[in-house]
Amino acid sequence: MTSLPALPTPKKLGLVIDLDVCVGCHACVVNCKEWNTGGYGAALSDQDPYGADVSGAWLNRIHTFEVVPQGGEIVGEAGEARIVHFPKSCLHCEDAPCVTVCPTGASYKRADDGIVLVDEDMCIGCGLCAWACPYGAREMDLAAGVMKKCTLCIDRIYNETIAEIDRQPACVRTCPANARHFGDLADPSSAVSIMVAERGGMDLMPEQGTRPVNKYLPPRARKPLASSTPLPKEDTTGATGFFAWLDDMLDRI
Amino acid sequence: MTPRERVALSRPVADEVRKTTCYMCACRCGINVHIKDGKIRYIEGNRDHPVNKGVLCAKGSAGIMQHYAPARLRAPLKRVGPRGSGKFQEISWDEALAIATGWLEEVRNTDPKKLAFFTGRDQSQSLTGFWAQQYGTPNYAAHGGFCSVNMAAAGIMTIGGAFWEFGAPDWDRTKLFVMFGVAEDHDSNPIKMGIAKLKKRGARFVSVNPVRTGYSAVADNWIGIRPGTDGLLILSVVHELLKARKIDVDYLVRYSNATWLVIDAPGTADHGLFARDGEGKALVHETVTERVVPFGSKGARAALSGRVQLDDGRFAVPSFQLLAEKYLDKQYAPENVAAETGVSADTIRGLASEIARVAFDEAISIDQPWPDTNGERHHAYTGRPVSFHAMRGLSAHSNGFQTTRALHMLQVLIGAIDCPGGFRFEPPYPKPVEAHPTPHGRAEHFGSNKPMSGPHLGFPRGPEDLLIDPDGNPTRIDKAFSWDAPLAVHGAMHMVIANAHAGDPYPVDVLFLYMANMAWNSSMNTAGVIRMLEDKDEKTGEYRIPKIIYSDAYASEMVAYADLVLPDTTYLERYDCISLLDRPISEPDAVQDAIRWPVLQPDRDVRPFQSVLIDLGARLKLPGFVDNRGKPIYADYPDYIVRHERRPGIGPLAGFRGSNGDRAGRGAVNRDQIKRYIENGSFFSAHIPMEAQFFKHANQAYQEFGVRMGFFDAPKPVIFQLYQETLQKFRLSAEGVREPHAPHTHRQRILEAFDPLPHWYRPLGEALLDRAEFPLHAITQRPAAMYHSWGSMNAWLRQIHTRNPLYVPGSLCDQLNLADGDWVWVISHHNRIKVEVARMEAVNSSTLWTWNAIGKREGAWGLGRDAPEARKGFLLNHLINELLPPREDGMRWSNSDPVTGQAAWYDLRVRIEKADPAERSEPHFPALAQPGPEPHPSELRYGQEWA
Amino acid sequence: MHPAPSIIIFTTLSGLGYGLAVVLGLGLLDPATLATKIAHVLAIAMIGAGLMSSTLHLGNPQRAWRALSQWRSSWLSREGVMSIVTFVPLLWSAWVCVIESRYLALPGLAGSVLSLATVFCTAMIYTSLKSVQAWHTPLTPACYLLFAAAGGLVVASLFAFAGGGNASLLAVLAAVALMAAWIAKTAWRRNMLTLVPISTPETATGLGAIGKVRLFERPHVMENYLTHEMGFKIARKHAAKLWGIAVVLGGAVPVVALLVLAIVGQVSSAIAAMFACVALLSHIIGMLTERWLFFAEARHAVMNYYNG
Repeated sequence: MTSLPALPTPKKLGLVIDLDVCVGCHACVVNCKEWNTGGYGAALSDQDPYGADVSGAWLNRIHTFEVVPQGGEIVGEAGEARIVHFPKSCLHCEDAPCVTVCPTGASYKRADDGIVLVDEDMCIGCGLCAWACPYGAREMDLAAGVMKKCTLCIDRIYNETIAEIDRQPACVRTCPANARHFGDLADPSSAVSIMVAERGGMDLMPEQGTRPVNKYLPPRARKPLASSTPLPKEDTTGATGFFAWLDDMLDRI
Repeated sequence: MTPRERVALSRPVADEVRKTTCYMCACRCGINVHIKDGKIRYIEGNRDHPVNKGVLCAKGSAGIMQHYAPARLRAPLKRVGPRGSGKFQEISWDEALAIATGWLEEVRNTDPKKLAFFTGRDQSQSLTGFWAQQYGTPNYAAHGGFCSVNMAAAGIMTIGGAFWEFGAPDWDRTKLFVMFGVAEDHDSNPIKMGIAKLKKRGARFVSVNPVRTGYSAVADNWIGIRPGTDGLLILSVVHELLKARKIDVDYLVRYSNATWLVIDAPGTADHGLFARDGEGKALVHETVTERVVPFGSKGARAALSGRVQLDDGRFAVPSFQLLAEKYLDKQYAPENVAAETGVSADTIRGLASEIARVAFDEAISIDQPWPDTNGERHHAYTGRPVSFHAMRGLSAHSNGFQTTRALHMLQVLIGAIDCPGGFRFEPPYPKPVEAHPTPHGRAEHFGSNKPMSGPHLGFPRGPEDLLIDPDGNPTRIDKAFSWDAPLAVHGAMHMVIANAHAGDPYPVDVLFLYMANMAWNSSMNTAGVIRMLEDKDEKTGEYRIPKIIYSDAYASEMVAYADLVLPDTTYLERYDCISLLDRPISEPDAVQDAIRWPVLQPDRDVRPFQSVLIDLGARLKLPGFVDNRGKPIYADYPDYIVRHERRPGIGPLAGFRGSNGDRAGRGAVNRDQIKRYIENGSFFSAHIPMEAQFFKHANQAYQEFGVRMGFFDAPKPVIFQLYQETLQKFRLSAEGVREPHAPHTHRQRILEAFDPLPHWYRPLGEALLDRAEFPLHAITQRPAAMYHSWGSMNAWLRQIHTRNPLYVPGSLCDQLNLADGDWVWVISHHNRIKVEVARMEAVNSSTLWTWNAIGKREGAWGLGRDAPEARKGFLLNHLINELLPPREDGMRWSNSDPVTGQAAWYDLRVRIEKADPAERSEPHFPALAQPGPEPHPSELRYGQEWA
Repeated sequence: MHPAPSIIIFTTLSGLGYGLAVVLGLGLLDPATLATKIAHVLAIAMIGAGLMSSTLHLGNPQRAWRALSQWRSSWLSREGVMSIVTFVPLLWSAWVCVIESRYLALPGLAGSVLSLATVFCTAMIYTSLKSVQAWHTPLTPACYLLFAAAGGLVVASLFAFAGGGNASLLAVLAAVALMAAWIAKTAWRRNMLTLVPISTPETATGLGAIGKVRLFERPHVMENYLTHEMGFKIARKHAAKLWGIAVVLGGAVPVVALLVLAIVGQVSSAIAAMFACVALLSHIIGMLTERWLFFAEARHAVMNYYNG
């Protein structure tokens, strides 16, 4: 059934991504690929893998943006441009348009935890859900002809055959910069909810009305070096004065 | 309506987990390789591993595609077409080893220096060095000369350790972290994990880098410095700190040579050297009794300034006085360096003031008594929580040695070396220069059919230790340790092919390379190097470099130029040891090493290089590889790892030694050692006691711990060498007042570069060229998702970096009317390349840059002919010559640091001109034939059988 | 958006087919004539061919039947259901016309209503996508319905001339419908060209508070499914030219031809036949162009992440 759950899901499992610390290393991107290509559903295929038009299905990709300050808050040294690495995967929206457009019932949002999934056995590969998603979170696997998307590693987070500490999405577990956090955003006392509250976690494209579960923590404000308290003014006695000071210091040691 | 549960939630991941060590870069993380149906299901970071604590980067996560890449070599290859054609015949290992043995045997019998054996991306230098020493050729080194020898040489000669992977910021305590010129590094994951810790604690992270990518992107402050001027920035910070008296005098007096007296006797052979007593101990001026006494005398109050007369009548001053006088000079004032560095005076002042504030106003203390090497007991560790890290951005300039020394000097001045919150040494470092050997390779050190009398690489203590013949000519093929590059402590691999081709200083017969892509991205002047490899002697019709043996696992560009190819395994099919004798994985708190083991068996006719080398050693009957009856000592590399002893009880692995496997560091051979490592997750870790964890350079508890572990046989404390006497010895030689005298051709260069106090000069290339004609810098950055050239054969990683644009500052784009996708000519004094551009604002306004080693030669790396890597990807290497442009006297110096011979990759100066649109970058080289018939799949569905 | 030929052919053909079905369902052609019988068969054939074409872009067409299940939430599913339901009255009407030469009001009118409903569902598939702002307007279904009606009338005019009925009446009706459709379409396009994007790189990244956001590096260098599917871009100049072609061939030429037909239809059958054919062919080419532009000019919100 591609209607969304009638009531708010009791849990809202999702990711919190910290743009202040993501260094754009693509660890999450590749680890996601290797976990999921042998896991949930069809393999994540790659076309022309060693040739000219190489491309593949990825459930998580890192874009890199350049932001040039224009009014508003200056982050960093005045006027300087900055680079922001921006990981993007399914946001597991509360009002997921990708679910409601699905003609077959393959796309669904789980009533328990809010994870948006595709039942690949039911997917006809029409691609409409990918059109409906403003975030580009869904990608067709061209070999299998079915729609792939982030499952929040549902085959990890509930997997009783792996250690409890590892029951988190592959991208979160592998992130070297600790820029990715997983948890229940419906629970205001969860670590992720607290992080969102403290850091002003934001929705992407709120105007699309999708109510994403995943949140992004914006880069923190920076204090320019040039605004540091200046060091004491120069002692006009130059090197001589310096050596006198040194002597004084030596006596105190 | 509740959707029914449609997912199998608890499928077992795999049949088995095998824990080994990653080799997708030099970081050496622990990995869990999940094996299912005999194939790799998944590779993840090992949570218990001290390096990565469970995390894993993009490269490590792409191990599956590296392991199964079609570019893997399948069997030994004998060249059948001309060099460079890529035409080979597959042969048996017996035949391959017989050929290699024949070539090597003849050279060893006749003239062993005619073997040049150099290793590239290698983590088994303790074996390869030992092998080369037993073979007896002086021509051995790894690739540090074109990598980051400035880092190592300047670090060890100043503080007894280096950034690189031999030390680390105290991530848990530092409050201000300043990083110079690092995009992605050997310590790839630890740096990312460390930055995350800083961010969590609200510590400030300053990045100094012309380009704002990677780590710099998340820095609190980015200083987009002009390339090659970092040293000037650092000295300006030093100027500000001295002026404001923000230095740790107590620390300087105790741990550095600041008080050591420097002889002031211009024109004599001892001028500028330390005044020493009869035992060679440096002297200081004791100000209470007004006597000159040896450094370290109990209760002495040693002066930091003031001229004194020595017992022999000569005068001397404490080295610190020279230091202070030099850097207090106005030439280092922020406003006087702002133009050259491109950094505003306010920012420099702000940086200096932050360093001072954090070091002194936010000092930390750990209540832990510890004994120092002078017999004094301290009640606590005092920490100056300012830490630094630097890498190629400083190192790969021709002023990189001095720049790195300047950075270490800054650290010592504020008392921030190996203290809580500062930069911390990782065992077995620190080690003073005196604990390192001197280099060997002069005529008296080798001869036919005998081992070298000592190790190839080391630290010359002065010009007397140079590897030169009586006429002053180099004795090594790469001219390391000659007047050209006196402190080339890692050799100069990038000069080997050019020198061998020119027969300067002599020709070689066999060039034996391991994992070094010298016919492509690891060489300057790639096209020239290719010509040298293809060039034949007109008289004999033989190649100028007659025989080339190459070992690699993949069909790199270099393979096409080998005469004999010894195919290596992938990193998951081999044994390796990450040894304390080599480049260990220690942390500041723990001594660590690790192994690799074959978690998968090769499905091709390939053998691990190290085992092949040991086999060759036995076939050549090299001492150390055969017993006195000529029987091989070691069956293979794992056997060597377990049974080889460098000194009694000291072997490649420190863990699980002794017959019961309960000894660490020193201990008898344990036949079960590798099994014990595997059981332990393929690593070993021994914690350093808390009383030994800091101030290791002067901590008696640490020194004793080091002796127990076998780092050295007696304590080897380090006195930080702010003033570097060895450098002054070279200057005296250049002045002609001290033996041996430097050749006249080299004198000016040595006088300029060998300042015993850290010094900044314009990079040599830049200084020689017309700055108006070549107004721009062009540099590369190492991407986080690709390690050098090892990544393009990887179906996943190559999607991230399929081709590389030239990033051009926005202001320049506007000036030249360039938009993304336009083409330009990039022109250096040496060559020009045509490439596609992309705009960037967050970059130094005079700096062009691109990602490192993405461009590939058509036909290499198992890629299709029209692969974007070859069509639009490019290298800056084509613009860089191994020689600088001629000076007025016609002399062409090598494009290297004059002190260490470090390849000056980042000195490149260029201009750009808009070009016509194109489909191909230039230069473009003829396609290489693919060695081996591996078919290219048009589609990959890895893991589909488990769906 | 990527102008996929299968989808362009589908919407164009099924639009014509359903439009023709509407005209036939209203009983505007004489059921006893051969031309009308052929028209019935052609309407069903065009609808069928369109639907077949629409399955060509499916990854797993063998499961297409599953698309009928989610009519409560999905416009695509509704379209599928409606298209099948619509076949009942259409086949019934066709049967009574072809076999019995009769017109039945019940299946006829039901067929007309359901045909329009199916076209409406098709239009709503696009209209419902907030991620494609150009489509997300009531003008989209209005255009689809008017174009279907106009196209049906153009085809019907040809059959009327061929003996099926009052060619002049249908030609005039067709001309009026075409003008109405192109007026609606012009309004649609003006809306598309002047709309202020609700989503921008700044809202897509949340980084607007810092400054102006520009893509610096793609996540993967080469094209991917998203850029193939949603990243199609057409130069403004090129689009304007194609728009002109669409208006002339899809609107102006057929209107003139139809009016000529209405006037001279009775005079010269040869000339009339030529004009009727010109009107239809020109209209089809115009409509294919219009549909191509419908996709090619629409910008998807995801392109905020791709500099598109």
